[in-house]
Amino acid sequence: MSESIVEILGLRKVYNGKNSVTAVDGIDLHVPAGLIYGLLGPNGAGKTTTISIATTRAIPTAGSVKIAGVDVVAHPALARRSIGVVPQFNTLDRSCTVAENIYFHCRYFGLTKTEATARTAQLLDQFRLSDRAAAYPQALSGGLAQRLQIARAIAHRPRVLFLDEPSAGLDPQSRIAMWEAVQGLRGEGITVVLTTHYMEEADELCDRLAIIDHGKILIEDTPAALKASIGGDKIYDLRMRGVRDSGILKRNLQTIEGVTRVEVIDGGLRVLARAKDGLLAKVVTMANEFGLRDLTTTEPSLETVFIRLTGRDLRE
Amino acid sequence: MSNAVGKPSHVRWAIYSRAFFGLMQRDLRVLTREIVPFVIRVAMNPLLFLFVFTYVMPHMTGGSKMSPVAGMAAAGGGGFGTVLLPGLMAVAIMFSGIAAVALPLAQEFGVTREIDDRVMCPLPIGAVAIEKIIFSAIQSIVAAAVVFPLAYFIPSTPVLAHVSSWWFLAVVLVLASLLAGALGLTIGTLVQPKQIGLIFGVVIVPITFLGCVYYPWAALKSIKWLQLCVLVNPIVYISEGLRAALTPSTGHMPAAMILTMLVVFLALLTWIGLRGFANRVIS
Ligand SMILES: Nc1ncnc2c1ncn2[C@@H]1O[C@H](COP(=O)(O)OP(=O)(O)OP(=O)(O)O)[C@@H](O)[C@H]1O
Ligand SMILES: [Mg+2]
Repeated sequence: MSESIVEILGLRKVYNGKNSVTAVDGIDLHVPAGLIYGLLGPNGAGKTTTISIATTRAIPTAGSVKIAGVDVVAHPALARRSIGVVPQFNTLDRSCTVAENIYFHCRYFGLTKTEATARTAQLLDQFRLSDRAAAYPQALSGGLAQRLQIARAIAHRPRVLFLDEPSAGLDPQSRIAMWEAVQGLRGEGITVVLTTHYMEEADELCDRLAIIDHGKILIEDTPAALKASIGGDKIYDLRMRGVRDSGILKRNLQTIEGVTRVEVIDGGLRVLARAKDGLLAKVVTMANEFGLRDLTTTEPSLETVFIRLTGRDLRE
Repeated sequence: MSNAVGKPSHVRWAIYSRAFFGLMQRDLRVLTREIVPFVIRVAMNPLLFLFVFTYVMPHMTGGSKMSPVAGMAAAGGGGFGTVLLPGLMAVAIMFSGIAAVALPLAQEFGVTREIDDRVMCPLPIGAVAIEKIIFSAIQSIVAAAVVFPLAYFIPSTPVLAHVSSWWFLAVVLVLASLLAGALGLTIGTLVQPKQIGLIFGVVIVPITFLGCVYYPWAALKSIKWLQLCVLVNPIVYISEGLRAALTPSTGHMPAAMILTMLVVFLALLTWIGLRGFANRVIS
């Protein structure tokens, strides 16, 4: 088994205020080195809080986080050497130019002037920011600012990079450029932990995912395995004129070869099945007798997984 | 990066000190880029004060009688300029602390959150705040130094400055400058960013006017209650310290009391400021 670079054990965080909020409610997580790991969850799930604790910016109520073997609560200053962070909001230093943002970051982490200058030039080139080197961050578009934040965060060659909602507010083109930049980090041996509530992003970018809601991890696996857990690679949603006799239809549908599961949904039935020639026709014929009104075909997505687990839509 | 936990402490100190100097260099770069506004900021207040009170007013008929401390200053020798020199230096030192720490912090804690990258450097959080105090203290010393030539050239009656102990002056200057930075840190972390504009009216102006800036503390003896009340104002010890070091002829508090109180207020405000800073950046 490969080494866990991020080890989260029994993590809890309660914000004490007028009404105390349990933002993280017992999370255990092991992120193997070298992966792009996603925390997928709706607003308020506790993603940012988990990342804040892992990056020494919040103190946990209980539990522990180790980054590259260093306990972040006991040794925050030293743990930071293994951590790169791109927070949810733009935190670029507005008094410094694009190049200086990277240069001084290098200096904080002990690089000499020569090393810092060389590293800055290399990163500006790698993230295609060289022609904006002398600009100030306020003058950058959202996509460029995000790339600069990533470049700055990895300037000291951390073992783990935490990205909190990296594509929030980016246009589709910048989002793809950001994905490419993140994928490029694999080659540098940087483990990436990112949070998102975009299914496509989690699916496209991440090697493994933890789905989190109300401060708890609901499930943890590869995107492919999560989608397979739905049990079927086609989903047919049948809208019926009436739901009379749906019990009989349900039983009948289940006898069709290739159908793995039939569930009652609002206004009809949902059929989960393995892709197979002729199967759809059989389903339609059978359902017609019971008053089929409409049928939609989808493939399982992380969205389906999420709805299955929580009974809610991730976008709500 | 290698794991530095469990390594000898000199390795840690090397990591910390490089981060610390990195922060200083960043601040220095930003300051040098804004050198003109900086000079205007530190020179304008003492320049105008000295010009109006020690040049314009004495030239008006009966001007010297209009000066509230004319009699007192005359008794000690030297004009109002002699009273103002240490006072204006105290104001310059304090303003620098506010301008270098409190105002930027209000902005960085407020909308921009741009302090995040500096907080994430491999340094204990407290040291990031200490760097702010020290860098602000350097600016305070420069600001105080700017007052000196102005006070030498502008007043129509020469200022009677006499430094009997350079050591004492240096100690007072350094303590006062650090104290101003700590005051800036306390204000910048305790006051809500939205309310930082109010701070001038509510804190800065009162502590300046009641800070023995425009009159020596000894001269308050006829208003006993006020003389006692102002003792809780840290600016008093900055003004009186500089007065004792530079213009002892106008009368001042005992030197031991000044130094003790400077240290006490420095420790107190640093402590409050560090706690406020930690509360702001760690949740
Ligand atoms: N500093 C704080 N003080 C009090 N409550 C907080 C604080 N930060 C977060 N919370 C609460 O903790 C819960 C989890 O918040 P968190 O920011 O971790 O969620 P998230 O998954 O990052 O959501 P989002 O997608 O909105 O960023 C929320 O209910 C939030 O209101
Ligand atoms: Mg969040």
